[in-house]
Amino acid sequence: MRNADAEIVIRVRGLVTRFGPQVVHDGLDLDVRRGEILGIVGGSGTGKSVLLREIVGLMRPAAGQIEMLGTDVQQATEAERAMLESRIGVMFQDGALFSSLTVRENVEVPMRAVPGLDPATRAALADLKISLAGLPYLAGDKYPSELSGGMRKRAGLARALARDPEIVFLDEPTAGLDPIGASAFDRLIHRLSRAMGLTVFLVTHDLDTLHAVCDRVAVLAERRVLVTGTMQEMLDVDHPWVHDYFHGPRARAALATAGKE
Amino acid sequence: MTDAAAEIDTVATEPALILRIRGRLTLAEMAGAGARLRAVAADRPVTLDLSRLLRLDTAGAWAIVTLRARLAAEGHALRIEHAAPEVESLLVAVEAALPRAESEPRPRRSLPDRLDALGRRVAGAGHTGAEMLGIFGLFLARLGRSLVHPREFRLTALVHHCEEVGFRAVPIVALMAFLIGVVLAFQGAVQLRQFGAEVFVVDLIAISILRELGILLTSIIVAGRTASAFTAAIGSMKMREEIDAMRTLGLDPAAMLFVPRILALLLMLPILGLIANVAGLFGGGLMAWLTLDISPGMFLTRLVDGTDVENVMVGLVKAPAFAVIIGVVGCHAGMKVGSNAESLGRQTSSAVVAAIFAVIVADAVFSVFFAQVGI
Repeated sequence: MRNADAEIVIRVRGLVTRFGPQVVHDGLDLDVRRGEILGIVGGSGTGKSVLLREIVGLMRPAAGQIEMLGTDVQQATEAERAMLESRIGVMFQDGALFSSLTVRENVEVPMRAVPGLDPATRAALADLKISLAGLPYLAGDKYPSELSGGMRKRAGLARALARDPEIVFLDEPTAGLDPIGASAFDRLIHRLSRAMGLTVFLVTHDLDTLHAVCDRVAVLAERRVLVTGTMQEMLDVDHPWVHDYFHGPRARAALATAGKE
Repeated sequence: MTDAAAEIDTVATEPALILRIRGRLTLAEMAGAGARLRAVAADRPVTLDLSRLLRLDTAGAWAIVTLRARLAAEGHALRIEHAAPEVESLLVAVEAALPRAESEPRPRRSLPDRLDALGRRVAGAGHTGAEMLGIFGLFLARLGRSLVHPREFRLTALVHHCEEVGFRAVPIVALMAFLIGVVLAFQGAVQLRQFGAEVFVVDLIAISILRELGILLTSIIVAGRTASAFTAAIGSMKMREEIDAMRTLGLDPAAMLFVPRILALLLMLPILGLIANVAGLFGGGLMAWLTLDISPGMFLTRLVDGTDVENVMVGLVKAPAFAVIIGVVGCHAGMKVGSNAESLGRQTSSAVVAAIFAVIVADAVFSVFFAQVGI
């Protein structure tokens, strides 16, 4: 049924990214396996969000190959791109909801591309996605400007999940949320990814999120993916930045809370 | 494995109706198999056989769960057989998240509601007028204050806005007035030639441009250019909470933002009006020379003899009033911008419309006034 490397849904090889004279990625390799939640961490300016944008095809790298779901992202034809886009979902940092549409209409936008779907079914499925993302039923009628930051993120997630993608990309999903809201969002991501069999590509700074939901962590440093592995393996890496990151006071606090749960 | 569309086999056995789903039940199938599944009519308990199901997503799970809910409401049970563990857990998750329809139907708008809405809009218009008057008062108060405390006055900002509002508008204003002069001369010539009164085209051009068109059209162009720029600049600062930040830092938004902008308009609009007058007369004179053989010297003599300088005064005295209207409307709309980009766009376009409208209304009021006092 499946060939051997179908297990890897995103394969990045030899990625080079430059902004003028500044080199962000230099020979970056990364594999994302089907069904896992992969956390991408790294200092500010190490190109985490840039990597995300390159994988989903919003930016072109200077060199290197990106393969997603068996398709070369950069060589893809229009039809292949459309096919690919229907199989992925992206949640941007502040939700990036269309401000002139209600939350329900926002979630319906990706579903409009599905042929033959009648408006009533579409609205009902949008309501289901809104509810799955943990928003109250009546939030569907609201406009993005009427929602709090946390609710906007949930609405953004609902839109990213609208077409039941195989891979979702989340850019700093818990940034700017209060700790209760952030941990609720962590549980939501975990629950959804397990229930829907999602692969999650998660860019984050939040150590609690890493502990709570990520199966594997990839550390971006020195213009490449320095190490990948589970949280436990990260603790044993003796690269100075990685060590500081996972052994700093905040990391220990996050580890302590994760241990208690 | 094929991308087989989902098929539903229906087998009616004695105790139960057996539905067997083959293929993938996903969002793409909702128009076909999903709709058929949800529309299944049953007169006995139903068993759903998922042993041949290839893939299920939340849309498919939703179809199954809503079918189960409907059958339960009709008094028939739905039993799911041979579901894989992940299918099972997806069904559970979707069932738990199924939104309960708690929305009440939208209330219909009755006649009193409509009257109420109309009344509110009228009251709102009055309120908006009062707010604009408030901004004008604030401008005067802060201007007076900076006369007492000259050090607080933001001269750099004033010069910057004078350049933006005045200097950069010179080409478009001059070109517009030149073309208006050309058109007036041409049209006037066609009409006046019938009476052999071609030479009066000079009076026609001079009076219409100096009294009315020069300053009115300049103000309309400036309203379009500058009211929108004021609204966009102040509105985007409002949107990003910069104005709140100014308040908390003890900086007065009125003194920082309104005074330099409105004052720049107040200084620049008369100058632009004068430029428009000159350009309009030049255009008219050129056209008169080309089509009516009225030489520039003759044009000038006729202009000086036949047109009182009062006409220029009547025109330019309106400029400060128009400047205040444009500036106040632009600043007011900027302060009305909410927290989203859409309101910025809406306020910007409404500022332009309101400023142009208000300028034309004010011009009409001036005309009536001058007619009454006999100037």
